[in-house]
Amino acid sequence: MLAAVGASSIDDLFTQIPPPLRLERSLDLPLGVSEQEILADLGSLARANTVGDDLICFAGAGAYDHFVPSVVWALAGRSELYTSYTPYQPELSQGVLQILFEYQSMVCELTALDVSNASLYDGATALVEAVHMARAGGRPRILVASGVDPRNVDTLRTYGRGSGYTPEPLGDDDPVGMAVEPDVAAIVIQHPNAYGLLEDVRSLAKAAHDAGAMLIQIFDPTSLGILSPPGELGADIAVAEGQPFGNRLNYGGPYLGMLATRIDHVRKMPGRIVGATSDVDGRPGYVLTLQAREQHIRREKATSNICTNQTLMALAATIHLAWLGPEGLAELGRQCASKAAYAFERLTAVPGVEPAFPGRAFFKEFTVRLPRPAVQVRDALVDRGFLAGVPAPWAGEDALIVAVTERRTRREIDALSDALSEVLAA
Amino acid sequence: MIRGAPVRSQGPSGDGTLLELSRPGRSAWSFPVLDVEPVDVPHEHRRDRAPGLPEVAERDLVRHFTRLSQMNYGVDTGIYPLGSCSMKYNPKLAETAATMAGFAGLHPLQPDPTAQGALELLWRLEGALCEITGMSRATLQPPAGACGELTGLLIMRAYHKAHGGSPRRKILIPDSAHGTNPASTRLGGYEAVAIPSTDRGLVDVDALAGLVDTDVAGLMLTNPNTLGLFEEDISRITDLVHAVGGLVYYDGANLNAIMGRTRPGDMGFDIVHINTHKTFATPHGGGGPGAGPVGVVAHLVPYLPVPRVERAADGTFRLSTDEPASIGRMHGFHGNFAVLVRAYAYVFFHGADGLQEVSELAVLNANYLAAAIEKDFPLAYPSGRPMHEFVSTASALERETGVRAVDVAKRLIDLGYHPSTVYFPLVVDEAMMVEPTETESKETLDGFAAALRQAASEARSDPHLLHDAPTTTPVRRLDEAQAARHLRLTWRADPPNG
Repeated sequence: MLAAVGASSIDDLFTQIPPPLRLERSLDLPLGVSEQEILADLGSLARANTVGDDLICFAGAGAYDHFVPSVVWALAGRSELYTSYTPYQPELSQGVLQILFEYQSMVCELTALDVSNASLYDGATALVEAVHMARAGGRPRILVASGVDPRNVDTLRTYGRGSGYTPEPLGDDDPVGMAVEPDVAAIVIQHPNAYGLLEDVRSLAKAAHDAGAMLIQIFDPTSLGILSPPGELGADIAVAEGQPFGNRLNYGGPYLGMLATRIDHVRKMPGRIVGATSDVDGRPGYVLTLQAREQHIRREKATSNICTNQTLMALAATIHLAWLGPEGLAELGRQCASKAAYAFERLTAVPGVEPAFPGRAFFKEFTVRLPRPAVQVRDALVDRGFLAGVPAPWAGEDALIVAVTERRTRREIDALSDALSEVLAA
Repeated sequence: MIRGAPVRSQGPSGDGTLLELSRPGRSAWSFPVLDVEPVDVPHEHRRDRAPGLPEVAERDLVRHFTRLSQMNYGVDTGIYPLGSCSMKYNPKLAETAATMAGFAGLHPLQPDPTAQGALELLWRLEGALCEITGMSRATLQPPAGACGELTGLLIMRAYHKAHGGSPRRKILIPDSAHGTNPASTRLGGYEAVAIPSTDRGLVDVDALAGLVDTDVAGLMLTNPNTLGLFEEDISRITDLVHAVGGLVYYDGANLNAIMGRTRPGDMGFDIVHINTHKTFATPHGGGGPGAGPVGVVAHLVPYLPVPRVERAADGTFRLSTDEPASIGRMHGFHGNFAVLVRAYAYVFFHGADGLQEVSELAVLNANYLAAAIEKDFPLAYPSGRPMHEFVSTASALERETGVRAVDVAKRLIDLGYHPSTVYFPLVVDEAMMVEPTETESKETLDGFAAALRQAASEARSDPHLLHDAPTTTPVRRLDEAQAARHLRLTWRADPPNG
């Protein structure tokens, strides 16, 4: 091969690198190893984490321990899909393209909105993209309701430094009759919110719309078998962390950013979009469409810089949603809501534990106030085999957010409650 | 040598979507019997009409998605020689690693003492990436290269604001650059200014000298550049930008060419992003996920995103958020962790010797393939030796026969191969950008080159074979104009709120 390219050694292929820039030593890394050795190394790192039955998961706050059916990765893992690239050659990519079309369709069915893109990185960056869509209309300001997860707000703040905005607190928590200034592009609400509570999205949407602003709702996709969808609540753009459909916890990624909106905003939507069309023989098929929005065509005028996205996670979500169907999704929501309600009753019956928001309805997550700092209690429960929740220091050092998915059993909830009693009595 | 299409669908035909398979009452789901009192959500919040999800048996969805997978081409099917994409074969050991229970079951907000293995993995991977690129520290948070670019630009903003009060206004980008560079530049609050290329395909350093001033926040460049050529004047380029107080950003899209041979840090770059899914083998999953870690030189470390992994004196690891100069958070959690596990597996499986060999073979394969097709598809910039990828042009063939690069690409499909990238970079007429990667054998390269030569020959004798191609795939050329004009983005004839 060297002879065919007129070189006498591999070094001849690197002569364009000026001598002072050449690395005249080996990289300071270990030498390569066998598969057996690298898997042993990774196995020992994996075992240095505490997971599963050793740490029963009641933590949520944006990442949830839901059940992933076997069929999801048996199919999403098929290597024709798994090892493919972005479907720029549609004749060789009808599989991925049709699945993304089905993904977009199901996201629209879920949200009661008109159009969805083909995935974004995660829930927090999907919110960023929604805000950029809203600001494309020319209004500068973004108001954020108090129940939006601080990680979402932090992410928004980072991206705002480049785009020239700072997310502002909505201030008033009562949306009825709220006056919104005319320079506000959008109001962001999370429902169910970061504390697990159900919000009055309809009233806030009305207040936003009366002022000509958009409403962006962060939703929980597992709730949409039983909770009213964003499109019916008045959301103009709906975004979500899609992790619960098809993805294990994976220490925070890769997850799935979902984004859906009304048809009027489709040309401002970021990311890839699949459309149905036909081939030269009239056969139906799918292509990437509206590419004139995207960075590889529009460069600095693109709606977003996103290129590599989370297609594989969207494929997994599509399969998971098809496995659930309408009844399964409703059952998933009922199980989460019912088990969370049971856990709420049990935990708030422990002496010293109080509901943080008495009387407020919630979905699969709720917040309690503890008689001791939440971090301390959480750590003590780790020693007893429970990841009891996520401390919420922004709401007070005694606040703990507890999530209960369909995977948790009555027995596990009872055991958590008993362990909490013991810890607090100690 | 006609071989037929590399994808085909088996089993009974069925062109429908999942919705068309749906039958009322059919289902695949199962849940345990609810072991607590059922509770309903308050009436005013209740969904009154079920979402229109399909109702299918597990058997139906398995056959549906299996059939769809057969209509798709992946790197496990064959060579995927997409220039600028590094579509290499990905060793399966990385999949075993990433799906280990101790990683897959880990909640991102677990206390640090219960996630020591994950934190140590991130720490070691960060160290390895810094050694490969010549940087001081890195963030592993950005979930893709484009997000890494924006991270780098926000670091530039923060740095300039801390040194002189103004973030400055302009970012210089070669006219051959990938579209994410200018798009990220605007999101970073900057104006993109194009640097012209010379007729050798390199940055026009004299033009650059005329463009740099104290309004320039930085320059973004990949090296080898988007044409697959090494920027020999790189030290002069980085010096020019540094002389006005600017920073130089390395787009790691082409890192696969230089590992163990040279390092961005040694070339004078201040900020580097790495597409781990390109260089360090994560299956692309139809377009993602990836990961875009960003390394920086010592004086930019304070601006890296939070949380960061830190090692205490006792050897334990923790996530640190207490970094007042940090640009903040770029991702909801810690980035695409499971992708980073794959990168770790790849980097330490190959090791120092293996990574260097990866780059050497990538460059050898690209040069070999370029030479094998140059008679029909000459290099767009023949004066330089390509590195891991090259840009050929079909413009002579087009002038002679009317056959365009897209026709050649579609004919390759009928000949059994995934085509190269076409019409990128934009500065080359009838561009065909080819990156075979190190993982393809000589036999595969010879076969791909023969197919290209056959296509060129057919362009002269039977051009209809190219104009009509592909003819062997589940669908033929699709009407993209119709797709954009009559938007059908869901399976509903009328959108739910349309």
